[in-house]
Amino acid sequence: MLISESDLSAIWLTLRLATTVTLLLLLIGTPLALWLANTRSRLKGPLSALITLPLVLPPTVLGFYLLLFMGPNGPLGQLTTSLGLGTLAFTFWGLVIASLLYSLPFVVQPIQNAFAAQGTHPAEVAATLRASPWNTFWHVRLPLAKPGIVTATVLGFAHTVGEFGVVLMIGGNIPGETRVVSVQIYDHVEALEYAQAHWLSAAMVIFSFSVLLALYLVQQRRQTSAQAVVGLRYEP
Amino acid sequence: MSHNNTSNPQSGIFGRFQFGLPPATAKSDAHSFVLDAEFDLPGSGVTGIFGPSGSGKTTLLRCIAGLQHAPGATLRVNGETWQHGRQSLPTHKRPIGFVFQQPSLFPHLSAKGNLDFACRRARTQPAQATINDIIDLMGIGHLLQRNSTQLSGGEQQRIAIARALLIQPRLLLMDEPLSALDNARKQEILPYLETLHRTLDIPVLYVTHSADELARLADHLVVLDNGKITASGPATELMSRADFPVPLGDDIGVLLQTTVREIDHQWQLARADFDGGAIWLRDHGDAIGTDIRLRILARDVSLSRSPTEDTSILNRLPVQVQEISDDRDSAMALITLGAIGEVDRASSNPENAEPDRGTNALLARITRRSLAHLQLKRGDQVWAQIKSVAIAR
Repeated sequence: MLISESDLSAIWLTLRLATTVTLLLLLIGTPLALWLANTRSRLKGPLSALITLPLVLPPTVLGFYLLLFMGPNGPLGQLTTSLGLGTLAFTFWGLVIASLLYSLPFVVQPIQNAFAAQGTHPAEVAATLRASPWNTFWHVRLPLAKPGIVTATVLGFAHTVGEFGVVLMIGGNIPGETRVVSVQIYDHVEALEYAQAHWLSAAMVIFSFSVLLALYLVQQRRQTSAQAVVGLRYEP
Repeated sequence: MSHNNTSNPQSGIFGRFQFGLPPATAKSDAHSFVLDAEFDLPGSGVTGIFGPSGSGKTTLLRCIAGLQHAPGATLRVNGETWQHGRQSLPTHKRPIGFVFQQPSLFPHLSAKGNLDFACRRARTQPAQATINDIIDLMGIGHLLQRNSTQLSGGEQQRIAIARALLIQPRLLLMDEPLSALDNARKQEILPYLETLHRTLDIPVLYVTHSADELARLADHLVVLDNGKITASGPATELMSRADFPVPLGDDIGVLLQTTVREIDHQWQLARADFDGGAIWLRDHGDAIGTDIRLRILARDVSLSRSPTEDTSILNRLPVQVQEISDDRDSAMALITLGAIGEVDRASSNPENAEPDRGTNALLARITRRSLAHLQLKRGDQVWAQIKSVAIAR
């Protein structure tokens, strides 16, 4: 058997991390995306840039600052220590926080685009049908943004699975705690265990390809309903 | 500016809007748009809001719906204050129904889902009988199970109107509900709107730039130009004026309120009487006593000095020239005519006939050359030959 106990543990950890991060990102990212899609605030520009930063920064830079931030002398480190939680660096929850930042743009942008594409018209229609803003969000804006949310979920999950640099900086290489698949592959290569590295790497390629293929197929099928969303916007 | 039956303060739609829009949201490219409108409209019937595009019709309607922020505005509808000073009801708390110009069904819901959306949020859950009535009224029973994206523009708009009615509004706002549709679809929906007008007992504000829709639907009229109200009054009176504030071109003509008084079965004609005479028209099966509104376009009226008998024109009315005014086309002139009945004509003395503006006058659009040829002047009595008559409703 070429998949070892530690490989399975790395796969399980990766799935746990990606699921946790994706769920949290949808909770944080949806309101953030809605705000960004609607606001005319001057904060929109700086905030958008900040959210997009992980797309262009080397993961090591992000990891480095997070390490300082979470470390015993960092603000978050001091807070968690005073709460009796210890420091978050080199723990699972430290990885979760780092991944949240790292994958945020992949979740926020598709949802933001979906909300922006709706324009203000559907919400105005809902208001004339006595739906409060909260009710409108749940029954009109969110269902209409569904294609964007599906994309965001898939991208957020897949991107977290594929993360390496930040993990190495902030999580190190603790089996069952922070050693995810990408790190495990790195370890195999370091130890010249190319066969094991092949198995895991091939699994990652197949996984990523299937996920993206599924996403494109779903999006293609939605072309007609996407047209419907566009139809709801007014084009004279 | 204000109509004259506001004796009951509980009835009527009173509004005062005075504010400017920054150029970013105004339709005009360079100038910021200023809405400066005060109105006091009847609390029942259909009020047409008419004006050229960019005149602020839609903005005014959006202000009434609360969709457009209107600082410092006042709005009272049938005794309820919707906006005054700093207080303004948000849109979802105003008892309105709104029919938009653009397609507005929720694409993630079926046609029925769209109607249910309204039923669940109505002030009081509409009874199944009411729901069925509205579905019948709009003729949409066979469309309910369809996906809203599979419907034609006209079908979508009928569902949207039904949806706005199911919310059980106390004021129905319609923003050019037909303008996004082609002519065939318009003709498909207009009869439904006419039925709506007859059955609905709530006030309707109907924005349009079509004189034809106004003639068929409006009881009362507000004319907007560049953010200001330039005229307001009963539709039949206002639309029959030669100096109608918005150029109508070929669409200029009069609306006559008439009553069917005689049916000629042999020739399949009906005689519709009005204050100043009678018009014969094709019998459409209206019973004697039915009130019908006729539209006679100025271009369909010609004038003659003598009562020509040898003509195919059915309707020849003795009339008096009340006013001669310029047309937009410099080769044409608009003649305002007061109808005088046969009996009156026999006894009237042309010398002391005072040209006064009756509500039921005719307009004729004739060439300047004919005007010179006939040597027409105010007070002249002539024969108006009416080439065609349309039943507006």
